[in-house]
Amino acid sequence: MSMTDGPTPLQTAAAEQAAEDREASSKAPGRSSLRPQGKRKSGYFSDRWHALSRQQQWAFLVVVVVLAYMLPLINPPIITTEPGNNFALACFDMARFALIAVGLNIVVGYAGLLDLGYVAFFAVGSYVAAMLTSPDSPYLHIPYLWTLPVAMAVTMFFGVMLGVPTLRLRGDYLAIVTLGFGEIIRILATIIPAMKGQVGFQNVGHPPGDGADGTPIFSNSNGVPWYWLTLTIIIIVTLLVGNLERSRVGRAWIAIREDEDAAEIMGVPTFKYKVWAFAIGAAVGGLSGALFAGQVGFVNNQKFDVTTSILFLAAVVLGGAGNKVGAILGGALVSYIPLRFTAIAEYKYLIFGIALVLIMIFRSQGLLPARQRLLAYGRTALNKVTSRDATETKDMDKPPAGPDARAAGQRGAEA
Amino acid sequence: MLPSLVPLLPTENDWITFDIPSLIQNFWSATFDGLTFGAIYALVALGYTLVYGVLNLINFAHSEVFIVGCYAVFFTLSSLGFGPSAPRLDIWAIILNLLLALVLAMVASAVTAFLLERIAYKPLRQRNAPRLVFLITAIGASFTIQYLIYLWRGPSPELALTMFRPTPIFDVFGTIVDSQQLVIIIAAVIMMVGIDRFISKSRTGRGIRAVAQDPDTATLMGVNKERIIITTFVIGGLLAGAAALFYVMKIPSGVQYSGGFVLGIKAFAAAVLGGIGNVRGALLGGLLLGLIGNYGQILLGNSQWTDVVAFVVLVLVLLLRPEGILGTSLGRSKA
Repeated sequence: MSMTDGPTPLQTAAAEQAAEDREASSKAPGRSSLRPQGKRKSGYFSDRWHALSRQQQWAFLVVVVVLAYMLPLINPPIITTEPGNNFALACFDMARFALIAVGLNIVVGYAGLLDLGYVAFFAVGSYVAAMLTSPDSPYLHIPYLWTLPVAMAVTMFFGVMLGVPTLRLRGDYLAIVTLGFGEIIRILATIIPAMKGQVGFQNVGHPPGDGADGTPIFSNSNGVPWYWLTLTIIIIVTLLVGNLERSRVGRAWIAIREDEDAAEIMGVPTFKYKVWAFAIGAAVGGLSGALFAGQVGFVNNQKFDVTTSILFLAAVVLGGAGNKVGAILGGALVSYIPLRFTAIAEYKYLIFGIALVLIMIFRSQGLLPARQRLLAYGRTALNKVTSRDATETKDMDKPPAGPDARAAGQRGAEA
Repeated sequence: MLPSLVPLLPTENDWITFDIPSLIQNFWSATFDGLTFGAIYALVALGYTLVYGVLNLINFAHSEVFIVGCYAVFFTLSSLGFGPSAPRLDIWAIILNLLLALVLAMVASAVTAFLLERIAYKPLRQRNAPRLVFLITAIGASFTIQYLIYLWRGPSPELALTMFRPTPIFDVFGTIVDSQQLVIIIAAVIMMVGIDRFISKSRTGRGIRAVAQDPDTATLMGVNKERIIITTFVIGGLLAGAAALFYVMKIPSGVQYSGGFVLGIKAFAAAVLGGIGNVRGALLGGLLLGLIGNYGQILLGNSQWTDVVAFVVLVLVLLLRPEGILGTSLGRSKA
């Protein structure tokens, strides 16, 4: 049997079929979650970004990161939130929201689970930090920085506790259970005496270190060090999440998001990975809560409204669910807009509520759509596919060349 | 061994206490009160259950449909001259006024539900959007309505209105059952039975069940799916409006922009407890949740525990019997 003429018709047929499939899938109405339809509609910026070389990307990233670090020191004139809100503190708030959005993005964006009580995990993290460092609490005291991992562990535990009963079922139940949990945490903080209700915990700890004048570097009024700390944590968390996203876990999450039944049939242990997503998301929420408690220095039951959860959700959805850069951007925006435009701050809940509905109706993929490309194989595979697309028609009649293509041809012949 | 760890465990007096004598003493009054609350939950739960049965969607904005009804009751009654003290009208005038408030609240809630469906959900349905998009839209819509009310009426609750002075009707085991409790429970049960008959006997009810069972087949059989969906939302709205009147009757100070939120979660918990998508399950779940919440509140000694207890019930039901007590869905319930 000759290698040259055997596979050719089959391959042509397969290619035609594939082209038809692609066309069909680009026309088919809304099948995938929250994301644009079709082949390469992942946005202008995304395309530009992937057109750059690796070195250019790194150079660009370094510039962005340096600029981000410098932001509160530069205090750019039009962007600044002053007068009205201290810009460094505003930067910290933006970073806090961005971190929360990165965490919530794991749950909502990757795994497609709707968590409406994310503020509860944030609250748990805050209370852990407060109860372990504040002089108002009678319990064990540990250094502030140690509360960050402890807060993550405790919130993760809560995430598993809440996730195990609900995640066995369809995703809708998770939404209402988390919504309830968000409210319950606040009520529990009110009625359980140990959590001190509205009195709360004062003088929550902060990282060590004193400035030249003897005052702590991480003071409540100075947002800059807190901002830097949070920004560093965001970068670390984003890198880790990026790795997860590209790993088996991330692929499992995306499979679950796209079609849970299909994922289950293909052998993805959906329940396990859903619990993972929920727990990891919760841990990031707890981390940001602990940071918030440290910066504000005071934790009581008034700070954790369930409505704040909806702001978090708006941040993820606005930025683009499933896209971590989008989540950071969305988080920063949701925090920034009310701080910058204080005239509309009063209406922020209304604005973001309407925004949620409008985004869902008109642009469900958000500002920066998630990458729908071949996550599993990364850019090399993508390039192969795109170059083959371009040359497909030309090369159709030629026999496949090169070992890879030969092997592919052989597989085609066997099929 | 680890002395510093000991204070981590809360001592007895700053944790939860169980007040069993108080529960025994107040058992019957807690029961009747619980049934009253349960009847209200059940009416709201029906709205969740019907929409869930037909669209498989948790309509988060249903709690706002309900609170719009509460505002309608408030404005109707205050414009009719009701105030904080009991009105000096004869019984028939009061009944007429309350009926008017009932009708207006039902209309207001039904219109809200209708608009909600048309503006928020219909565009998504036409696009065949995934479930997550529906849920996010639902919560966004809920939020929008809530804060529209907030901007209009401010954060504080409206003036408490007294509709009539509850008079003792009879007593059971030494506990007085008053007219208010009786009115709410009887009226709610009548409505629930009516809805149950409607769903199981009428032509529209058959359509609702058909769409719940299989929308595509139902469409092929000549059921107008869009009309059925609208009808479902409107029925849910009507019942939420009725629940609003009873709620304002029972908790006069509850008319507040955020008032629907917790009640909505409790009503949903009731629907899940009875079996979501099941009309009779909503009644059973509502009454049970009302009782459990009230017992828990007396046992634990703070009225805010009601919400916590309801939530714990929800999680436990999901853990142990996610299909609920009665379990069957709207589609599979018998004709």
